Amino acid sequence: MSAAQLASRPVRKDRRSQAVRASLVGVALLYVVVLIVAPLGGIVYYGLRSGFGAISDTFSQSDVAHAFYLTFLIMLIAVAVTTVFGVVVAFVLARDHFPGKSLVSALVNLPLAVSPVVVGLMAVLLFGRGGWFEPFFTAQGIQIMFALPSMIIVTIFISIPFVIREVVPLLEELGMDEEQAAWTLGASRLQTFFRITLPNIRWGLFYGMALSAARSIGEVGAVLVVSGQLQGRTETATLYILRAFDQYQAERGYVVALTLAAFSIVLLMTIEFFKRRSTKAMGR
Amino acid sequence: MAIGVRNVTKRFGDFVALDDVSLAIPTGSLTVLLGPSGSGKSTLLRVIAGLEQPDSGEVAIFEEDATGLPPQKRGVGFVFQHYASFKRMTVRDNVAFGMKIQKRPKKEVRARVDELLELVQLHGLADRYPSQLSGGQRQRMALARALAVEPRVLLLDEPFGALDARVRKELRTWLRRLHDEVHVTTVLVTHDQEEAMEVADRVAVVNHGRIEQYGKPRDLYEHPATEFVMTFVGPVTRFEEAYIRPHDLEVQLEPNGKYRPATVEKVVHLGFEVRVELSLPDGEVVEAQLTRKDVERLELLEGQQVFVRPSRITAPREAAPGATLPS
Repeated sequence: MSAAQLASRPVRKDRRSQAVRASLVGVALLYVVVLIVAPLGGIVYYGLRSGFGAISDTFSQSDVAHAFYLTFLIMLIAVAVTTVFGVVVAFVLARDHFPGKSLVSALVNLPLAVSPVVVGLMAVLLFGRGGWFEPFFTAQGIQIMFALPSMIIVTIFISIPFVIREVVPLLEELGMDEEQAAWTLGASRLQTFFRITLPNIRWGLFYGMALSAARSIGEVGAVLVVSGQLQGRTETATLYILRAFDQYQAERGYVVALTLAAFSIVLLMTIEFFKRRSTKAMGR
Repeated sequence: MAIGVRNVTKRFGDFVALDDVSLAIPTGSLTVLLGPSGSGKSTLLRVIAGLEQPDSGEVAIFEEDATGLPPQKRGVGFVFQHYASFKRMTVRDNVAFGMKIQKRPKKEVRARVDELLELVQLHGLADRYPSQLSGGQRQRMALARALAVEPRVLLLDEPFGALDARVRKELRTWLRRLHDEVHVTTVLVTHDQEEAMEVADRVAVVNHGRIEQYGKPRDLYEHPATEFVMTFVGPVTRFEEAYIRPHDLEVQLEPNGKYRPATVEKVVHLGFEVRVELSLPDGEVVEAQLTRKDVERLELLEGQQVFVRPSRITAPREAAPGATLPS
């Protein structure tokens, strides 16, 4: 093999790998554009097509306002609950050893694998007529099914994994040295959590909360099953969209869909921001 | 007595980390727990700090039973091998942490932090973050942080283990001087026998969850209680059924009644010290440690015939009585 051949070989190989890379980038771009950008563009187009009049008309509907109120109320409660309990569960999973731990950490991911409709069905079996807990709540005069409580319960169930999945690996990577150092300096466990641990897991926790919020807002299947879809009472924004299309009010449906999409995009951007902060902080 | 450990046993599953350990550490001393990794020395330190609970036995700090006390209430300062710096706080806030928890007045905290940073030679770095410090600086910060709450005892878990050799050496000399200034009862865990010999008033040699010997560094070196202590503390070589220190092997060129013939196999120059590997007629290999001067005087070369004799046998106390000076 001549020196010229030797010199030319890596160049040719380089060109081939460049071509492979370029086509991979092309495939990825096409995939994202066709499956994500195009539908998004469709929503934006249809949502704005009918002009400002249709938008203000949609928001002046009292059932639309109530649907948004319900969606955000359920989101706030679900995020609050999954954050507090998520941190507790994450601590236990990251720090304690007990029999059945791997089972618990697998169970935590179950809501990601189960269809939301099935989640709704499970709630019906527990709280619906003839369900296990139904006699108790009926005796107390509390209505669970076809009311806010069951909608909150299924949304919490579905949002459980997000905070836990973000916080566990962070806690594992951090280890206990800083916390134990704080203990020997006289800090109680609570002081140690708020002064040492929380600042260390802060960005990952926010990231998990944002994912939890996005999931709560978008939920439709489980809520559909348990809510009874009572207009202006148990109808969330996603349920409103379904009904709008059923009742040939597609324009209003597009406007509500666009609003939800816009909120999700803002949330997504916030998530990305947190993610960068988080990885940057861990890199130090 | 600053720390009393009585009959402490600690298991992790089937592994016995501490096996009925008792130890009394005198007030104001610098005591080293020396042993190989997995010997239980760190577990013993963590039991003293309250970071591990013993399965049985008692820990007393200044004659008060501390066995059931959490680490917050033991009055111990703890320094970790990997610094355990609070990475989102500045050096100043790290050192001030304990005093802030105690809700001491701001002015007092500030003055004390300045004083401590001066002591550990970190003044001027108060506003840096731990990630902007070297390993040695981080460990000095950790020491200042532990001293800030005026602990009754200071516990150091392999404090120089993550540092490079030169910084290790500097820091341990510095630590010894610091101890002579501050006088707080200190327990240091290490696997490095040289470190132990240099800084310790007293050394406890730990092996398989037990204390093999507890005494002054020189006693361990000269009168090891067990074969393990003999081989772990200081270099050792076998010479005709007995252990000797390599520097106790005399080498000369002329035959003499009590000297054995040997062949020089290898000469390794380590600076002031020269390691010479010799083989005896029966094939046994023995190591001698000579000074550069000796080697130059003897003009030792590989393959050369010499005559050797141990000047002293460091037999462990437990060893068989047969192990005496070969005649």
